[in-house]
Amino acid sequence: MTAQADHLPGKGRWSALQRRELGWALLFLAPWIFGFIVFTAGPMLWSFYLSFTNYDPLVESVDFLGLRNYERVLDDRRVHQSLINTVFVAVLYVPGTIVVGLFLASLLNRVGRAAGFFRTAFYLPNMTPAVAVGALFLLLLNGQQGLINQSLRGVGLPAPFWLEEGPWVKPGIVLMLLWSIGGTVVIYFAALRNVPVEQYEASRLDGATAWQQFLHITIPHISGAIFFTLIINTIYALQLFTEIYAMFFGQQQAQSAAAQSEALFYVVYLFQQAFQNFNMGYASAMAWLLFVVIVAITIIQVRVSRRFVYYEGE
Amino acid sequence: MATDQTAQTGAARSTPRRGAAAVALGQVPLRTLVSRAVYVALLIGFTILFVYPFVWLISASLKPGAEVFSRDIIPDPIVFENYPRLFELVPRFPQWAYNSVVVSLLAASTVTVSSALVAFAFAYFRFPGRNVLFGVLLASMMLPGVVTMIPTFLIWDALGFYDTLTPLWAGNLFASPFYVFLLRQFFLGLPRELFEAARVDGASYLRMWWTIAMPLTRPALIVVFVFELKAAWTDLFKPLIFLRDQGLFTLSRGLKAVIDNPAIGGAKEWELLAAAGVITTIPMIIVFFLGQRYFIEGIATTGSKG
Repeated sequence: MTAQADHLPGKGRWSALQRRELGWALLFLAPWIFGFIVFTAGPMLWSFYLSFTNYDPLVESVDFLGLRNYERVLDDRRVHQSLINTVFVAVLYVPGTIVVGLFLASLLNRVGRAAGFFRTAFYLPNMTPAVAVGALFLLLLNGQQGLINQSLRGVGLPAPFWLEEGPWVKPGIVLMLLWSIGGTVVIYFAALRNVPVEQYEASRLDGATAWQQFLHITIPHISGAIFFTLIINTIYALQLFTEIYAMFFGQQQAQSAAAQSEALFYVVYLFQQAFQNFNMGYASAMAWLLFVVIVAITIIQVRVSRRFVYYEGE
Repeated sequence: MATDQTAQTGAARSTPRRGAAAVALGQVPLRTLVSRAVYVALLIGFTILFVYPFVWLISASLKPGAEVFSRDIIPDPIVFENYPRLFELVPRFPQWAYNSVVVSLLAASTVTVSSALVAFAFAYFRFPGRNVLFGVLLASMMLPGVVTMIPTFLIWDALGFYDTLTPLWAGNLFASPFYVFLLRQFFLGLPRELFEAARVDGASYLRMWWTIAMPLTRPALIVVFVFELKAAWTDLFKPLIFLRDQGLFTLSRGLKAVIDNPAIGGAKEWELLAAAGVITTIPMIIVFFLGQRYFIEGIATTGSKG
C-alpha cells in the first residue's frame, strides 16, 4: 500500500528537498519537542491523573478517588475565600491598569521627546524583583509610620492599617500591583505612536473635540493593545503569588490571622496544599479548575473583544 | 516595519516642534505652551510617585534603626553599618548573590540559544506538519504554570535534582514557547536569498544558523536574554519548592528568608530588610540601564504583535 501511495499525486506535494529539510528541521526542533513532551504534555496528563487521586509524596499508597477531589475543592471554605480575594483584586487591578495605563501613555504621547525619560522612570518599578516589591511595600504600607500613611495623614485623610486590618489588605495589594504598571504603559505608548496623525488633523477640521478624538480615533486604533493587556493582566492577576507570599506567608509570625485570610489567593492556597501539606492530588484538582477558569475567561474575552478590536490590516 | 513607522511619525511630529522652539516664543500659541507645561508637570508628579519608593528604600537602608521611617530623604547621619550588620546576621548573603548570578546567567543563555534554534526551524525550514507544530507551540503558551508544576517537581526530584540549583535553569535548555514566537518573527524578516547563497557554498544548516542568522538577529536575542535574566533573578516559586539548603538560596529566596528571619523581619529591624532589598534590586536596575532599549523595544513588540 505504501509503495502505491508514493505514486499518488497527492504525495507529490512535498518535494525531495522538503523531505530532506524535514530531517534537519526535526534536529533543530528537538529541544522543544523533547521539552514539550517531558515538561508540558507529560506533566499535563500526569497532573490530570493526580487530580483523581490522593497522591502524597510522603505516603506509599495511592488511592483513586474519582471526582472526590473536585467535589472537595468546590466545598472548601478556604477555596471560596481565596476565590473571592483573587476575583476582588483582579476586578480592581485589571480595569485599573487599563485606565491608569491609558492615561499615563496619553500623557507621554503629548510631550514629544521628553517622553523617553518619563517612560524609563515608569518602567523602573518593573525591574524590582517581586520579593523586593513585597519587602518594600511591607515598609511603605506600615500602619503606624509607613510612607503612604504619613502622606495620607499629611493631607488629613484616614490612615488605615493596610497590613493588618481586614478590609484594607486587598486595596493595599492593588496599590502595590499598580506601582508596576510600567509594562502596560510601554505597550500603550508604542500603540499610540502608530495612530496615524492625519486622522486627528482631519477630525480637527471637522470640529471634533479632544474627547471625541480619543473615543473615535485613539481607542479603535489601539484596541489591539488594550485587548492584549486585558488578557495578559487577567491571567497574571488570577495567578498572583510571589509578592503576596513574600509579604504575608512563610514563617513570619508577624502577620495577623485576619490579614492572612484576606491575602489568601488561589495560587497561594494551591502552593500550601501542594508543597506544605503535600496534598498533591488535591492541589492538582485545584490547578485544573484554575486552568478551566482561565480558558473560559479568555474565550469570553476573545468573543467579546472581537466586536471591538480593530486590526490594521482588515 | 512597525518601528520604521514609529520613527517616521515621531520625526514628523518633533520637527515642527524644534522649529517652533527656535523661533521666537511668541509665535507658539500660548494655549499650547500652557497645556504642554501641564502635561509635563503631571508626568513629573507621576515620576516622583514611581521613583520615590526606590529612593526611600535606599535612604532607609542608610539610616539608624530608630529613624527608618523619618521623613528626611537624605539620612542624617548617614550610616553604612546596616550592610555589615546584615552580613553578620545573614552570613550567607554573598553566597546567595553568587547563586543568583550563576542561575540567572545559565537560565538566560540556555533559553536564548535553544529558543533561537527552534525559532529558526519554524522560520526557515518548510516541512510537512510545520503549521500544526507551531500551533501546538502557541497553544502551550496559554497553559498556566500551576498545571504542570507538581509533576515537574516530581520529575526533577526523581532525577535526583531536588535541593540543587539545576531545576532553576535546566528547563531552559528546551526552549520557551514565548521566546520562540518572538524570535521567529525576527528570523522571518531575514531575506531567504541570504541563506540560499550559503547553501550553494555548502554551509551546513547549523553553521548557517549560527554564523548568518544569529548575528543578524542580535537585538532580538538580547531582548530574550535580558527578559530571562530578570525572570530568573526574580523567581521565587522554583527556589521555594526545590531548595532546602540555605547555602543554595538565590537572592529572591534569600530575601524572603530575611523577611522571615526572627532577628530581622521578626524583630522589625526594617533598616536591615531595606538593605537586603537594595542589594537584591540594584543588579536589576543596572541591567535595566545597560539594556534599556532592549527592554522597552521587547515589551512594545510583544504588545503590538500579540
